[in-house]
Amino acid sequence: MTHALHVFERDVVFLRRIWKAVLLSAVVQPVMYLLGVGIGVGSLVDRGADSADLLGGVSYFAFYATALLATTPMFVGGQEALWPTLDGFMWSNSYRAMLATPISSRDVVIGQLFRYALRCVVTAAGVAVVLAIFDDTRSWGLGLAVLVGVLTGLAFAMPFAAWTATREGDSSFPAIIRFGIIPMFLFSGAFYPVSQLPDALEPVAWVTPLWHGVELCRGAVLGGLGGGMAALHVAVLLAYVVGGTAACMVTFERRLRT
Amino acid sequence: MVGAQDPVVARQLVKKFDDFVAVDQIDVHVAPGEAFGFLGPNGAGKTSTMRMIGCISPVSSGELRIFGLDPEADGRKIRARMGVVPQLDQLDNELTVMENLVIYGRYFDLSRRDARAKAAELLDFVQLTERADSKVEPLSGGQQRRVSIARSLINDPDLLLLDEPTTGLDPQARHVLWDRLYMLKERGATQIITTHFMDEAEQLCDRLVVMDAGKIVAEGSPQGLIAEHVRREVLEVRFGHGRNEEQVEKLDGIGGRIEALPDRLLIYADDGEAALSELHRREVVPESSLIRRSSLEDVFLKLTGRTLVE
Repeated sequence: MTHALHVFERDVVFLRRIWKAVLLSAVVQPVMYLLGVGIGVGSLVDRGADSADLLGGVSYFAFYATALLATTPMFVGGQEALWPTLDGFMWSNSYRAMLATPISSRDVVIGQLFRYALRCVVTAAGVAVVLAIFDDTRSWGLGLAVLVGVLTGLAFAMPFAAWTATREGDSSFPAIIRFGIIPMFLFSGAFYPVSQLPDALEPVAWVTPLWHGVELCRGAVLGGLGGGMAALHVAVLLAYVVGGTAACMVTFERRLRT
Repeated sequence: MVGAQDPVVARQLVKKFDDFVAVDQIDVHVAPGEAFGFLGPNGAGKTSTMRMIGCISPVSSGELRIFGLDPEADGRKIRARMGVVPQLDQLDNELTVMENLVIYGRYFDLSRRDARAKAAELLDFVQLTERADSKVEPLSGGQQRRVSIARSLINDPDLLLLDEPTTGLDPQARHVLWDRLYMLKERGATQIITTHFMDEAEQLCDRLVVMDAGKIVAEGSPQGLIAEHVRREVLEVRFGHGRNEEQVEKLDGIGGRIEALPDRLLIYADDGEAALSELHRREVVPESSLIRRSSLEDVFLKLTGRTLVE
């Protein structure tokens, strides 16, 4: 474990230099969505006769804003596991340099898990601070939602990193964002309850990690989520993190020790 | 004599990638304090051998012991005593020179304070103290390689692996590097060097093996190999392209052996000057001629029929 922490330390040194840029770019986008969709679209939605029922008795702004606590770390964690991770294998070769020391490929994987988690903490906390400004979303539950955001980010980052370790170039990455991340963002209950989806599509949302993260964040901040369901959501996210990490153990070892 | 704790002992060592045999049953012994070279053209199996010794590439078959330990079981322990300078620099461009060294020291479990002190000492050794707080990216190729060398020394390694340490450097940078490596050798560090530069092997190595197509084709000291395989001097003569081969029969009896290359003839002789006089006496007059000392390049040419850098 100490070796994994040394790997993580490298990223801390690096992030210390660029954290302002990371925070800014991570928070600016959700704030724009918040103003554009949350307030703009929200003012239309809230006029609907039974919209409050469909949204679980909250304003559209609160409904949408809480989802950003999960979607933002998804974007940040997912992207960090693509280009910056491939860099360790083939541009700067920093992972290879580590393998020439007592560091093992497993230490590298756990070190990267910490690294993705740190990015997700910084960005989820940034979003939480913004949400604390608004009456509809001000809640102690924001703290818990940050943790859920980290778990959601890792549920994407770890499987992505396992994939990245098998790549010789970045040509597949834009497609992952365009056809993986973006559709999930649109269809996983961030903008509307998944019950509004056609019946055939609803189960698709259930298996995506994002839906579980969104539901948990919403429950943490706005309430209304039963303990059983909450446990189920956490279990699904954990399964993605653990499965992704196990896959990384295999693909990192295969890539770095040949 | 092979000691049980010697830096490297390999017997019948093999590395296969699917059907391709990169290293084919080689025997290697490196003694403590020795500067040992792997010499050969690209694709000879030098880097594959180095990666096995560096414990980052599993052995396909045969036996390999580093300090008497098994790389598969004790890789972490072995790597803790080793310094590696890879073929391509693997520095963190985003970080400063100092940060690169300190973070690397942390990988070896040095405390931050010890890592900083050691890093400062090493930057002084490679003459880069004034660039400590510069990022790596703007440094020249030679400076970056010196950072790599300093970084590889952060754990006071008992064994230093240098994979083509001067490839891509200008002559001046090469000499600075050679000088530092020689100082390290004087301090008693065991070094293993791969190179396809003959002059580098002659400068740096006490003993070396010549590799070709995964096999060891010769072994000895640079001087010993030259003495064993070629005469002391070489007379190089040029008759113009395509007209070299036809001169060979006129040169019968001159020197020891004659090698006909497309652009020139190499005449191996103990006395190059005498051989040239004999050429003129027979009225075989080349367009140009050059007498030089034999080198490992000539040994390689004799052993494989090919020049090293093509």
